[in-house]
Amino acid sequence: MTDTLEAGAYNFAYLDEQTKRMIRRAILKGIAVPGYQVPFASREMPMPYGWGTGGVQVTAACLTPDDTLKVIDQGADDTTNAVSIRKFFQRTAAVAVTEATAEASIIQTRHRIPEAPLSEGQILVYQVPIPEPLRFLEPRETETRKMHELEEYGLMHVKLYEDIARHGHIATAYAYPVKVEGRYVMDPSPIPRFDNPKLAACPAIQLFGAGREQRIYALPPYTAVVSLDFDDHPFEASKAPHDCDLCGASDSYLDEVITDDAGGRMFVCSDTDYCRSRCEAGHMGRLGVPQQEAAE
Amino acid sequence: MTDTPLLSVRDLTKRYGARIGCADVSFDLYPGEVLGIVGESGSGKSTLLSCLAGHLRPDGGQLSYAGRNVLGMSETDRRRLSRTEWAFVHQNPRDGLRMGVSAGGNVGERLMAIGARHYGDIRDTAIDWLGRVEINADRIDDRPRAFSGGMQQRLQIARNLVTAPRLVFMDEPTGGLDVSVQARLLDLLRGLVRDLGLSVVIVTHDLAVVRLLADRLMVMKSGRVVEQGLTDQVLDDPQHAYTQLLVSSVLQV
Amino acid sequence: MYVAVKGGERAIDAAHAWLAEERRGDRTVAALSIDQIREQLALAVNRVMVEGSLYDPDLAALAIKQARGDLIEAIFLIRAYRTTLPRFGASNPVKTAEMAVVRRISATFKDLPGGQVLGPTFDYTHRLLDFALMAEGEAPIGLAERGAAALGTLDPVPHVTEFLNRDGLIETEAPSDGTPPDLTREPMELPAARPLRLQALTRGDEGFVLSLAYSTQRGYGRTHAFVGELRIGSVAVEMEIPELGFAVEIGEIELTECESVNQFKGSKTEPPQFTRGYGLVFGQTERKAIAMSLVDRALRWKELGEDFTGAPAQDEEFVLMHADNVQATGFLEHIKLPHYVDFQSELELIRRLRSEAMAAITTTQEAAE
Repeated sequence: MTDTLEAGAYNFAYLDEQTKRMIRRAILKGIAVPGYQVPFASREMPMPYGWGTGGVQVTAACLTPDDTLKVIDQGADDTTNAVSIRKFFQRTAAVAVTEATAEASIIQTRHRIPEAPLSEGQILVYQVPIPEPLRFLEPRETETRKMHELEEYGLMHVKLYEDIARHGHIATAYAYPVKVEGRYVMDPSPIPRFDNPKLAACPAIQLFGAGREQRIYALPPYTAVVSLDFDDHPFEASKAPHDCDLCGASDSYLDEVITDDAGGRMFVCSDTDYCRSRCEAGHMGRLGVPQQEAAE
Repeated sequence: MTDTPLLSVRDLTKRYGARIGCADVSFDLYPGEVLGIVGESGSGKSTLLSCLAGHLRPDGGQLSYAGRNVLGMSETDRRRLSRTEWAFVHQNPRDGLRMGVSAGGNVGERLMAIGARHYGDIRDTAIDWLGRVEINADRIDDRPRAFSGGMQQRLQIARNLVTAPRLVFMDEPTGGLDVSVQARLLDLLRGLVRDLGLSVVIVTHDLAVVRLLADRLMVMKSGRVVEQGLTDQVLDDPQHAYTQLLVSSVLQV
Repeated sequence: MYVAVKGGERAIDAAHAWLAEERRGDRTVAALSIDQIREQLALAVNRVMVEGSLYDPDLAALAIKQARGDLIEAIFLIRAYRTTLPRFGASNPVKTAEMAVVRRISATFKDLPGGQVLGPTFDYTHRLLDFALMAEGEAPIGLAERGAAALGTLDPVPHVTEFLNRDGLIETEAPSDGTPPDLTREPMELPAARPLRLQALTRGDEGFVLSLAYSTQRGYGRTHAFVGELRIGSVAVEMEIPELGFAVEIGEIELTECESVNQFKGSKTEPPQFTRGYGLVFGQTERKAIAMSLVDRALRWKELGEDFTGAPAQDEEFVLMHADNVQATGFLEHIKLPHYVDFQSELELIRRLRSEAMAAITTTQEAAE
């Protein structure tokens, strides 16, 4: 099988042109109605459902030979699934790849938005497990479809109300629901709520692909995206109250790393490219080292 | 009182195969009126109510609400109506409540559905309404599962009335409750209907309920309306043989 | 000094190399050939074809070898391969009435035209491990011993349901020229009509469909099923060639077809009659075909005017959304992927809630003192 792959037996970016056309039509519909989930005929891909097939199909439909692709998972380029997906596109599309956010024309991501602001002309492709924000309140798709159609989002706010009544806070830490252009409630994929503000007024095109659930949705550039909340319990983009121990950044989302058996820990930027570029620029955190030492 | 009926029904008919559910039912309901529909089990009263509220599709007749043709509406529009201008109080409160959501959440849902966004205000409104239906404010965060049948029913009423709907359908609201609990609930309903000026269609087999609540009465037997008129007139001076039988066999007060 | 974890690519390459070694196993043992798998593990091959939605015994055998015997993994390989194949068109519906049967039984009649043909079945074997199979050689079985049944009856055998149909005792299937929807081309949309449900069921996981069918037999939406007919054999596959203007036989495939006969006493809208359940799968895959016919029948409650009893097998959305094992295993196993970013956000939230709760308790205690 691998031989036929290398020998170019597959079309550019794996999918046949008909399929790409079908996906692009779904993408265009999504862009025309921001936040609305467009059904599409998801194809079986060489990686399992649940491992990014939606994102991969969207990326494959958008890729041209001139693109430069970045793939991240949990904010890092080197996590195993990001490596696997990037390799897939290198083999099937032979596109240039990069770890630098600013150099990429297409970024496929799982569970994070890059810290560095995006620019016009970039496309951010999100991998989505469950596209339906109401799914865990109402398991029936036939029902949630009607709720979106009629803008019946009372149940969503009931959930937030219950959280505050029980915990004193809204207890949703990731996949925090948002309202798009004042109309559709959307699940932004399991990004931490810290990332939600970056969804709004973004210069790049944001595309969301759910392969197993067969849905695509989109945010065109400069879209109004508001995280659901109450007037007296406003949304908070919270993160750990620390700075990055390597680069000192105070405004980036952090990974907690356990360093020894006694429970010692440190905090490091989840976005590895962001951290690296800050370190190279001379910023230093509590446990960071000056760049000359690091080079040795 | 205006000249236009709020709800207008002509020759409404629903069949189940060869059997009649209800047939040729006609009436008008004016704003602020309470219409009682009485009959024994199998009289067709529940079928009629389901047709009026949009739960069942009638086989014939016309139905209009505030001048709009209800039967000609899309399901979308009918659903929207059910969530905004109409309310439905189920016989079994479990059918009309979210059992997994707190009392406060249940009452607040219709408010949030129409755009209420201040947690404190929603909660205050919920507490106010719980008070109106005589549920203690400290139960606001409890789930209905922990309530007695009577309390659940009162919670369902609060949940339905909090957004001041124009038209309320009630299906045997006191059914399945103890006699003393029933009396308390009826008193409550009478007060609320009067204070809010609600228009109500209430279905019941219990004549005491209609005596207390309804302005006008429709008696049903085997799917048809056999008599209708002002409640006191129909009950004190029944014309139809069946009505006479019903009235005379009443054992409840 | 902390260095960010790197080396994901090397780890993956090393993992794949190790996997290849494990797949081969002990090198002093002869390697499996595709022919061996295809011939001697035919029922596994059948299942992979059915759920992979691709009739090609050699490819299915290859998938099983590559997947180290994990049938769902093999099904996944076939599905992924199928996606890349060009489509020339659709065949005509196969005529199971003209099937060259190797096995054909009916539970509803003692005897019937065409007879009860047992065929190569496990049904009446005693489940005792045969240690003779462990030995290297085995006595060759003569053709005569296998019996004519193995070669397939040449005369077409009429469907049992046709006899019932003649007397109007069983519901008639309304023939239709409409093009059935295709799950592999269009997203699943609910509510689904019967053709879509049948497609989802035939591709669905055998274990899932089996358990649902079992549940209907135990009272979760009972339909009193009889096996009206189970037939296994080969049918011709024909396709219209536009350039020629007529249909051409492009090959032959083995199918298992099960028609279940279910009785119900009539309802508000239907007079009493037998009703049908239908199962159709590639190869000799009986368990799946029978299970499919029971679940098909259970899902038809609405069009037959029956009550929804809340049984899982009657719940169309539940059954269709969870039948696909490639989707199921993908999503299930994806929880092995890193989720530490979301876990981190949960950690922060719970720490905050706990500290506030603790503070509240301390304040209450202080106030009490």
